[in-house]
Amino acid sequence: MRIIVPIKQVPETSAVRMDEKTGTMIRDGVEAIVNPLDLYAIEAALLLKASQPEGQCEVIAVSMGPPKAQSAIREAMSMGFDSGVLLSDKKFAGADTWATSYVLAAAIKKLGDVDLIICGERATDGDTGQVGPGIAAWLDLPVGSYVGKIDGLTDGRINVQRLLEDGHEGLEVQLPAVLTVVKEVADPRLPTLRGKQRARKAELTTWNADDLNLPDENLGLNGSPTRVVKIFRPSVTRECEKLIATDDQSINTAADRVLEFLQERELV
Amino acid sequence: MKHNGVWILAEQNGGIVQRISHELITRGRKLADKLGCDLTAMILGSQIGNDGLQGLLDRGADRVIAMQAPQLEFFLIEPYAKCMMKLLEDYRPEILIAGATTTGRTLLPYVAVKVHTGLTADCTVLDIEDETGNLLQTRPAIGGNILATIKTPNHRPQMATVRPRSTQPATVIEQNRAGEIIRLDAPPELLTSKIKRTGFTPLEDSHNIEDADVVVAVGRGIKKADNLPVVQKLADSLDAALGASRDVIDRGWMSYPHQIGLSGKTVTPKLYVGVGVSGAIQHLAGMQTAENIVVINNDPDAQLFRVADIGIVGDLFEIVPVLTQKINERKKP
Repeated sequence: MRIIVPIKQVPETSAVRMDEKTGTMIRDGVEAIVNPLDLYAIEAALLLKASQPEGQCEVIAVSMGPPKAQSAIREAMSMGFDSGVLLSDKKFAGADTWATSYVLAAAIKKLGDVDLIICGERATDGDTGQVGPGIAAWLDLPVGSYVGKIDGLTDGRINVQRLLEDGHEGLEVQLPAVLTVVKEVADPRLPTLRGKQRARKAELTTWNADDLNLPDENLGLNGSPTRVVKIFRPSVTRECEKLIATDDQSINTAADRVLEFLQERELV
Repeated sequence: MKHNGVWILAEQNGGIVQRISHELITRGRKLADKLGCDLTAMILGSQIGNDGLQGLLDRGADRVIAMQAPQLEFFLIEPYAKCMMKLLEDYRPEILIAGATTTGRTLLPYVAVKVHTGLTADCTVLDIEDETGNLLQTRPAIGGNILATIKTPNHRPQMATVRPRSTQPATVIEQNRAGEIIRLDAPPELLTSKIKRTGFTPLEDSHNIEDADVVVAVGRGIKKADNLPVVQKLADSLDAALGASRDVIDRGWMSYPHQIGLSGKTVTPKLYVGVGVSGAIQHLAGMQTAENIVVINNDPDAQLFRVADIGIVGDLFEIVPVLTQKINERKKP
């Protein structure tokens, strides 16, 4: 079987600058890492591979990003992935989740014979969680989201537990399918030294818009239905109203004032 | 046919209309009034009670469209998406807003791709642009350091999700308020699913601090684990999840999943209440983006006061029970 994990390279710190004109992030000069939440998807895929007979399961990472995003794919390979594809083209720049899932889905289609696509819950930079279900829509596949546990894989079906607001929901999903996973699904392993050496030497495939045969009007900022109108800093000017409470009376007054504050802010 | 009207996705559980639906009415009503159009609540489910549907009208919806089938009892992506797409195609709303619940955050991105439109996740503010009538969607970006306002100028419907409990649920304007309730049987061809629901196990501790809208955090000022019930009662009165500073966790008074801060969890609730928490930088990193911050501490120079909106300087063991009692009294009808 073949499992594909779409991953994203994200800035290491939250100290990212924004392009005031386009409202997109300036990624230059910031150390880039694999989206931490994608590591859980990578690990879940590796565990499934290990559960299959030797040589029966192939795990592939795909990532859309600038050329330097190949280091994200190499990291997945150093953890045990068989191969990776980088989707890189200037035309992909500025894509929202619609245009991103479009390119990722096209690459997955081109790879072909896919049984399972496992995505992290969301990326820590964009923070939308929309690309996983978006890929499922493009490929017309069922999606099980917020998966916290994979129970087993048999006869073209995978049994999973979704982590919902109020409990765990069991699902039996017919393959091929898309899963988005949360932290509870697995503990990501560390790359091994041998894995790192192998990943460093590996030949990566890179595809651009022409390789995927995608029309310009669906790509990047041009292809994105959403537009950033403006970005601004939240005003966090807090001037603490300090109430001194030393005896019964002042405690009572202070508590009344706090209750009043909570009511003003519609919190009780 | 022109796109028209504001829609919300109401949610049900066991046929009962959920709170998020009423929060979305608060959001949707404002937008519909500004646009001068109708507000429609759509809901998918099996045997949805009439009281719940009338309740949506009573709270401000002008129309309710309920599509029903036994297969829609629980959220499954394929039938839900197909039924939603059918309604969007038949009625052509201009705006569709859903809760950023596990359902909304799965269904809307899937449908947005299928109908080729834009979607903005986790909006905190929704408004209408004066000149164009476009939906302005504001959301925190990059760890909450920046807010971005986003619009979908050329595609319809404009779609957004909003965080649960980011607004008050709409209250009843008028009992049996006039409006249309349309009940539709879901077309059988839309109900096939490659996913089968096999079971459900409720969470034991339903108060996950990351998802909670109100978090009460306890610090070293609590002095010992035996004193925790004092703060737990305050948390209960606010329907809050209980978190803690690292000091409390390191001493074994509470378990690690409750830790707030750099080495624990980050919380961005609507309300954070710090009780006996000094406010070390490592703790601040995990909570300073809370919308409202209340502090109770006996040290007037505690760092936490610097990020607080309001604070009481004094003995928490005397103050907390009084405050808890006042909140509980206020909640009684």
